[in-house]
This record gives sequence, structure tokens and C-alpha cells, in this order.
Amino acid sequence: MSKFALNTALPRYLRAEQERVEAVAREYGLDFFPVIFEILTYDQMNEIAAYGGFPSRYPHWRYGMEYEQLSKSYEYGLSKIYEMVINNNPSYAYLLEGNSLTDQKLVMAHVYAHVDFFKNNFCFRSTDLDQKGNIIDPVRKTSPYDPDRRWIDKMANHGARVARHIERHGINKVEDFIDRCLSLENLIDPWQPFSGRGTTKKGDEEEDEKPIEVPRLRAKEYMESFINPEEYIEAKKKQLARDKPERKVPERPERDVLGFLLDHAPLERWERDVLEVIRDEALYFVPQRQTKIMNEGWAAYWHSKILTEKILDASEIIDYADNNAGVMATAPGRLNPYKVGVELFRYIEDRWNKGRFGREWEECNDLDAKRSWDMRLGLGRQKIFQVRALYNDVTFIDEFLTPDFVLEQKLYTFGFSGRNDRFEIESRQFRDVKEKLLFSLTNFGDPYIRVIDANHQNRGELLLEHQHGGVDLRADYARETLVSLVRCWKRPVAVATRLDNKPVLLRYDGKEHSMTPYKL
Amino acid sequence: MSLKIDQDHGRFRQIVRGRIRQNLRKYISQGELVGRKGKDLVSIPIPHIDIPRFRYGDKQRGGVGQGDGNPGDPIHGGDEKQPGQGQAGSDAGEHILEVDVTLDELAAILGEELELPDIQDKGKNKISNAHDRYSGIRRVGPESLRHFKRTYREALKRMIASGTFQHDKPVVVPVPDDKRYRSWKTVTEPVANAVIIYMMDVSGSMGDEQKEIVRIESFWIDAWLTKQYKGLESRFIIHDAVAREVDRDTFFHTRESGGTMISSAYKLCSQIIDADYPPDEWNIYPFHFSDGDNWSMDDTLACVDVLKNKVLPRANMFAYGQVESPYGSGQFIKDLREHFGRDERVVTSEIRDKDGIVGSIKDFLGKGK
Repeated sequence: MSKFALNTALPRYLRAEQERVEAVAREYGLDFFPVIFEILTYDQMNEIAAYGGFPSRYPHWRYGMEYEQLSKSYEYGLSKIYEMVINNNPSYAYLLEGNSLTDQKLVMAHVYAHVDFFKNNFCFRSTDLDQKGNIIDPVRKTSPYDPDRRWIDKMANHGARVARHIERHGINKVEDFIDRCLSLENLIDPWQPFSGRGTTKKGDEEEDEKPIEVPRLRAKEYMESFINPEEYIEAKKKQLARDKPERKVPERPERDVLGFLLDHAPLERWERDVLEVIRDEALYFVPQRQTKIMNEGWAAYWHSKILTEKILDASEIIDYADNNAGVMATAPGRLNPYKVGVELFRYIEDRWNKGRFGREWEECNDLDAKRSWDMRLGLGRQKIFQVRALYNDVTFIDEFLTPDFVLEQKLYTFGFSGRNDRFEIESRQFRDVKEKLLFSLTNFGDPYIRVIDANHQNRGELLLEHQHGGVDLRADYARETLVSLVRCWKRPVAVATRLDNKPVLLRYDGKEHSMTPYKL
Repeated sequence: MSLKIDQDHGRFRQIVRGRIRQNLRKYISQGELVGRKGKDLVSIPIPHIDIPRFRYGDKQRGGVGQGDGNPGDPIHGGDEKQPGQGQAGSDAGEHILEVDVTLDELAAILGEELELPDIQDKGKNKISNAHDRYSGIRRVGPESLRHFKRTYREALKRMIASGTFQHDKPVVVPVPDDKRYRSWKTVTEPVANAVIIYMMDVSGSMGDEQKEIVRIESFWIDAWLTKQYKGLESRFIIHDAVAREVDRDTFFHTRESGGTMISSAYKLCSQIIDADYPPDEWNIYPFHFSDGDNWSMDDTLACVDVLKNKVLPRANMFAYGQVESPYGSGQFIKDLREHFGRDERVVTSEIRDKDGIVGSIKDFLGKGK
């Protein structure tokens, strides 16, 4: 089954625990893909974690970097990875050898909730594959839902493809190109899989090559050459051809820059292949980035519920509480997605249990009445299942973060104080917290970049636009990224943005960078 | 077991080493590496190799946190790694990776970069020293070493497991089986078998910048010699017209005025060797830093005499580093070269500014003595 040559099957006593946890999870209504647990030593764990969970990805130094960080921080006792779970059907989950039995049970319950989330949250439908392993249009959902998500295989195929190119072209050349592609990795459209156009668009191209028809006046056949003289028709045809509006590429601004490059950049075959690999893998990780808070919150909610209500006996509860507290700990200047997520889910459950929603609740201004508001509806469980299916982090926070919650959870915003040369708490106001949180979640905190014109100034140059939302691009990084774009586009590339409140055009022509004032 | 990651990791190390190589000069001169933490661990902030992307600039720094505090309060440890659970990296980190390099690794990199030869040990017996360290827990031991917290926890566990714990009356009574004791391990450590005697001129003409250079340079000398010898001692002598022995801190922070009698330091150095470091057991490295402005020619001759007859016969080498200063005449190095020009045991080096540090380390340690 599993392709990697690790002897990692669960020992029998853990298998028994797995079956128990699975049964309880199902009883609670969790709905998951089959889960295959494997048990790993810490260095195997670090290795697989460095590869983002996929043991046979394409080779690249950044996995080595990741590995060094993970293993060093494990060796110095700063952190350890308890579990990892892969969004795949069937799902793979890795346990760390040598964890206590209580920890293993916690992890199993946690994993089942993650897999439930993978299966049911709408964002993850964009990782469904077709028979050939291409990402498909996920809008249609079958019933019963059993999608093809063999990403382990797909990633292994990617590994083999890249390895082949390395063999042919040499590691340095390929790795250098991968670095260039990774520098563009975030220039994808997270919602592209939902656009119904497949991963890369084909097919529109035939349309525009229709012959030009010149409208003719009606005439009897023998009068035709007088009423519609050939010379006139020819001249008109030429004029129409000249006046025909230049077909703009792209027709609309395109967020999927990588897809655009795949379709239009003059790439060599191996380059195109590598770029496609990078883009597919970037798209795979999108849903996990879109639902970090929810996914971890959901898993934390369930591991605590399953363990404390059904699985643990009294002798294990202290160890469990100790470990759970470690997971939920908040460090200053950092938001722990586990903590915020689980608290928000519990808060929602409580509100819907007590009927604290809807117009009546919103319009009630009596603080006392609100405090003791309890309509005993018991809708909480139902509501959180619905939320886990239909929201992502942005909409989750946008809809359910309330001033009460911010106060209760002691959320604050912080920023860098240049005056004191340190990070400081800035505000505890609801508006500020929500705004900053949403800002950091929207588009994963990355700027919006779109392709505007593939034939800028009629010179085949690529023009991108940064939709400036109040924060400038980091200029040195932007310049380096332009170099990567030129590597793919092979013609000058420019990005229109604003720096220090002035519209500017950052351009790289393959030799020199320039910055000129610009009006879009 | 060989892991697939080794290949990628090896490649990353190569890149990092390459980076250190390129920037090593810069790092040394800027003293970025001098943050010594703990016993032998140095944390160098090597920038995570960050693949450049379109992203927001600095104005965006900050975010949302959770916890106590009022607006305006500083956030402590905002950069610390978070303990606890971590999940596979589905998003690229925004943080700077601090690659921890042990002092050993650092010295290895230094050696590689400067092509330093390994030192030929004088071949003394290594003497070891034993001492005890409390590092574990056992079930038996003297009552004075009882670990209260562990004992209490065991008792609590037992009572919960056996159902005798009463929530309304939470009394925990340990029985002998619950008791836990601290235990120790005997650690043997080799006694230092190399000593560095640092001497520095603190006369009025040595400014802060000059002392900073000495500090950085001595850090690297320490690092290299520590790698070469299992144990290393350092002694510090400052001098103007008179010399005295001080601790490390004082050494780097004293500012005095007055004249310069270098011979005073050399005499003291010789006395220290006499008293504490029999040369057949010790590798001895005197280093002297000055701006080269000695009081008189007579004193210089006295220095030459002490070096020739007392210090050099016993030391592995004698190193003199001359820091350029606007006030010093810089004569001393010329005198030394005149008298010891052919003597391999005397190494002299001029350090113009911070960028000169690398070259001078190479001068000092390049002979493999």
C-alpha cells in the first residue's frame, strides 16, 4: 500500500485504540475518509514533515532547510511534532514513536477530526482529482462522496518527473529554475479550481479566427458587381481588419499568474513541466492555508470531547490535561490557531445552544437579559457541523468574531514601535483586532497581483498590477521576483504598484531594474 | 539509516556554508556572532534562505496576539519558537530561521574558510577531573534529596488510579513507593591543557574602536583554540605603565590613561606562566594587543629580553597584534620584527580596522602551532 519502504505499521495495542477512537468519532457524527496510521521515529517524522507530509516529493534544498530547523529544534527540546495528517483519500496519519499512550489517543482523535474536515469542508473539494490525476472542477459533488484524492501518488509522480529533468539537464539548472518558480508560487488564484474552467484554460483560441465578413447591400445577382463592387469589398475588408480591436491578452485581469505563464510564456518543455508541478502543489496546499484556524480548532474541539467524554480513564486525565495545555498555550505576539479555533467553535456552539442569535438577540440592548439569555434550543452541535462545512478562516472570523469574544479571549493587536524599538500591544478594540486579523488572513496576507497585459506597449512585455490595499510591496523582494518572471517570460516584465503613495512602475528588462512614475 | 532528506539537507548545508563563506568577513567584522549563549552554543542569526516573492513591506509587521497586557506594553519573546504541537508546513514561514551553530561547527567553518591547519599538540597527558551532576530521578535515595514535586505527582496519580482521591477533600498522602529522589551522574572532564594569556594595552591612546577589534578577534581565537583543545583557560592582563591581571569583563571594558610600559605586561605574563602553567603540561598562547606606542626604547629592549629568555622558551607561539590608532606611533611592531624577524614563534600582525581581523586571525593561527 504505502510506497515508502518504512516498516511503519501500527503495533496491535495501538490498532485496538485506533478502532476504539474511530468508533467513538463516528458515533459523534464525524464523517471521514479511511485513515491509515503509521508510526515513525522522530527523524523519520522530521523528514516527512520537512517534505510537507509527502515522503516522495521532488528533491529541493528547501526541504533540507526545513529538516534542519525541525531536527535542531527537536534536539534542543524546543518543539516536537506529535502528529501529521495528509489530505489524501485514504488519509495518512503519522504518529510519533515513543509518545505515551495518552498522547497517541489524543493524536488519533485529533486526526479523525482533521480528516472529517478534509472531507467535508468545501475548500478542500478543490483537491479532488480526476482519473488522470488532474485537478477537476469540484463544483459537482457526488453522493456518497468518495472523491479521488490520491495526492501521495501525484506528488510521487511529480518527484519522478522532476528527477527525470534533473537527470537530463543537471541539478543546478533545474534547481535554479525551481527556485525561480517558487518565487512565483504565491501568484495563483485560490479560487481558480472553482471557476469551472479546469486548471488551465484551453479552447477559447479557435473562436477569434473567423474570416471577416463585410456586410453587403442586397442586390439582384446581375447587379451584384455594380452595387457591391469587388474593389470596395476588398478595401472595406482591409479597413475592418485594421480597425478590429486588438484582442487583448488577457481579456480580463488574470490573478492566476502561474496559469497564465503556463499558457502563454515561451517555456521549454521541461520548464513548463516544472512550473506545472509547482502550480499544482501550490494549489493543493491552498485549502489548508485557507482554513488553518478552523481546521485546528475543529480537531482540538473533537480530541478534547472524544477523549474526556469517552476514551480516557481517571489515571490518564492529568497527563492528558498537561499535554492539552501545551497545545493550547499562547505565546506573546503570536496567535495560536488551535486555541482561537477551539474557543470560537465552543463559543458558537454555546450561542446556538442558548439561542443567542438572530434578530431578537442582535436588537436586545439589555445587558442583563443578554447575560442570562438561554432559549434552550440545543442547536449548537448542528450549527458547528454546518460551520465546518461552509466556512473558511476569513468568513469564519468575519461572521463569528464578536466584541464579547475578543474581550473574553483577551485578543489584542500589536505592531512594531519604531520609537521604542520593540513590538508593543497596540489596541484591544474589537474593530482593530478584527481588521488586523482579517487582513492577515485575506489572500494569506499576500498582496493581490494580476496580469494586466501580455503585450505591454506593443512590445511583448508583461505588465502586472498590484492592487494596492494600503500596504506597499517590499521593494527589494519585488525586484527579485521580477527577475524570476523575466526568467519565465523571457521579455521585460513590469509591475504597476504604489510606493510611498506614488504610483510607480517597477520594471526589469533582463539587465537593469528601473522605477518610473506610472499612471494606469 | 539513510534518509532521503540527507541529500536535500546536504545541499542546503552547502548553500549555507557557501553563504557563511561569502559573508564571513562581514560577520566577523560586524561582530554579529559574538553572542555567546549558554555554555558552548552560539546562535548566529543566519538569514533563512528566503525565496523572494511579492509580499508586503515592513509596515505590515505585527499582528494579532492573545494574552494580558495594556496597549503600549512591550511584547516579550515575540520571536521565540512556540513549544508544543506543530503541523506540517503548509505555509511558508514568515520568520527568520536562526540556525544554531555550535561553537565547534563555527570553528570548523572558520578553519575551513581561513585554511587553518590543525594544531600540533605538544603531546601532554590529558588529565581528567571528575565531578557530580544532578541530572536524573530514582526511586531510592537519601531523604535530603527527595524530589517533592515528583513524589507528590506520583502519589496523586496513584490515588486517582486507585480511586481513593476525594475531590471534596483533596488530601494527598505519599506512601514510600511514591517517593522520588534526585540522582546524580559522575562526569569526568579533561582539565584544560591550553591557556591563552591575553594582554592589552589600555593606555589613553587605545579607543573604544580599538578595543572592539580586540574583543572580536579574541572571540575567534577562543573559538578556534577551544576546538583544538579539550579544555581551554584564558587569562587577561591589562597594562599601561604598570600591568595587572583582571577578569574577562574588566579586560574589555577598562579605559585608562597614562603611559605605556609594555615590558610590565610581559613580566607579569612570565610570572603567571611560572606560577600556574608548567610548560611541559600546557600549551601556552600569549597574545598581546597594542597600538604600538611604547614609552621608550629602553623598555622595548626590556620587552625583547623578557620575550627571548622567559616567554618564548615556554610558549607555543607569541602573537602580537597591532591595532591602528590615530595616536600611536606604531613603532613597536617594527622593533619586534627587527629582533625576531626570523623566529617562527613570534607572529606579528597589523590590524587596520575591523575588516583586517580576518587577515590577522589567519596570520596568528595559520602556522598551526
